[in-house]
Amino acid sequence: MVSFSAVAKRYPGGQEALRDVSFSLEAGELAFLTGRSGAGKSTILKLIPAIERPTSGSVIVNGQNVASLKRAAIPYLRRNIGLVFQDQKLLYDRSVYDNVVLPLAFSGHAPREAARRARAALDKVGLAGRENASPIQLSGGEQQRVAIARAVVNRPSILIADEPTANLDAESAARVLDIFVAFRQVGVTVLIATHDLALVERYAGRILKLEQGRIA
Amino acid sequence: MRAWARQHRQAFAAALRRFAGGGVLSALVIGVALALPAGGYALLDSLHGVTTRASLDPQISIFLNTGLKRAEAQALERPLRADRRLAKVRFVPREEALKELNAVQGLSDVTAALGQNPLPDAYVVTVQAGEIDLLVADLAKLPGVAHVQADTAWARRLAALASVGRLALWLLTCLLGFGLVAVTFNTIRLQILTQREEIEVSKLIGATDAFIRRPFYYLGFLQGVAGGAIAIVIVWVALALLNREVRVLAESFGSAFRLSFLPPGDALAVIGLAGLLGWLGAHLSVSKHLREMD
Repeated sequence: MVSFSAVAKRYPGGQEALRDVSFSLEAGELAFLTGRSGAGKSTILKLIPAIERPTSGSVIVNGQNVASLKRAAIPYLRRNIGLVFQDQKLLYDRSVYDNVVLPLAFSGHAPREAARRARAALDKVGLAGRENASPIQLSGGEQQRVAIARAVVNRPSILIADEPTANLDAESAARVLDIFVAFRQVGVTVLIATHDLALVERYAGRILKLEQGRIA
Repeated sequence: MRAWARQHRQAFAAALRRFAGGGVLSALVIGVALALPAGGYALLDSLHGVTTRASLDPQISIFLNTGLKRAEAQALERPLRADRRLAKVRFVPREEALKELNAVQGLSDVTAALGQNPLPDAYVVTVQAGEIDLLVADLAKLPGVAHVQADTAWARRLAALASVGRLALWLLTCLLGFGLVAVTFNTIRLQILTQREEIEVSKLIGATDAFIRRPFYYLGFLQGVAGGAIAIVIVWVALALLNREVRVLAESFGSAFRLSFLPPGDALAVIGLAGLLGWLGAHLSVSKHLREMD
């Protein structure tokens, strides 16, 4: 599903974020990426949907080498990867429903099919009935769940989340993680970056510990 | 295919919303700017009617010897028609010339007083190509020709004036066309800035460049088309107002001259061209500003 081999990433300016990182995730695997801030967690997550490109080494996602992917092919790669950001990146000038249905507009789904999928996604994250709310009216945990609904509405085979519980209280955090684990059970590969080790230990997931740009 | 059509429909709807929310003012600016060359074109077109009636192409009158027999006079038609430099050849018999002269107010008394027709047979030819002075010299050598007169001076002046006008109009059109592209470039830039967040998120979650660009292309095109239409309306109103005065002026000369409005085809061409330039402005803006966002 996802395979890193000998991946190094140096940002312009010389900062070395990753060196010689190798690991691979099978379909339906749940993995936590842990480590201090600055250890390179976000960089790994950005390499998978080609937000960043590796300086050397190869990143294989769904059989495609992301390092050599053409610019025009990137959107299609991303449609098969659900992304959940730490700051959610919701659009606050539109409703919860419009946020969730957004990725389906890119792929040209018929409105009725898109509506069905968006409602199903909102139902899965426990927000059925909140379609017309504005994201601003929701709590932090609920906003994060809207972001998850948007990430899974395209039925991706990989789900990636960067510190999805960072700004949440313990109860909301557990609820959000439960949702990710539920997706893993239907065959989705889930990779979550977090520094909350206590939370991680409650789930039977693989732990990839990053230290100074290497997997420890 | 249906998905493709749906995406275009959605992009068009999005462009319409954005247009309604601020594009109208830009369209007005474009309309006022385009009204100048479009109006100038309509004016020149009207004047062109006048100048063709007065024949803008240089004309040469060939007067034959008064003693010439009709058959001899008409025999000249063949060499004249064979001359490639001449476009039109018209034989004017002396009787017809007299009739024309009599038609001029006040002159019929004078000609009647003469008792006989003082006018010679003549040819009136229109020059198609070639040096007029040379042509005049050649024509004068033909047998039976008494006098060749080229009324070139005023024709040349008028033609020169018209071509200066046409050139000025072209320059104005180019300049304002450039202005249209710049106005669109800027509105699209502002639109991209206000939608920066949406564009960035969309790119992160799988929108293609084409998907992101599409509404902006439509917006540029819409703005151009609306601007073109506004220009046409401005020209129409301005000509209608001018014509009220022109009518009074023309009637005092015994003329039925009116400024004519742009023919429908030309009016559509103005709108289409404005749409095209709007699209171009959008293209330049989107290409530049979306690349900066990568």
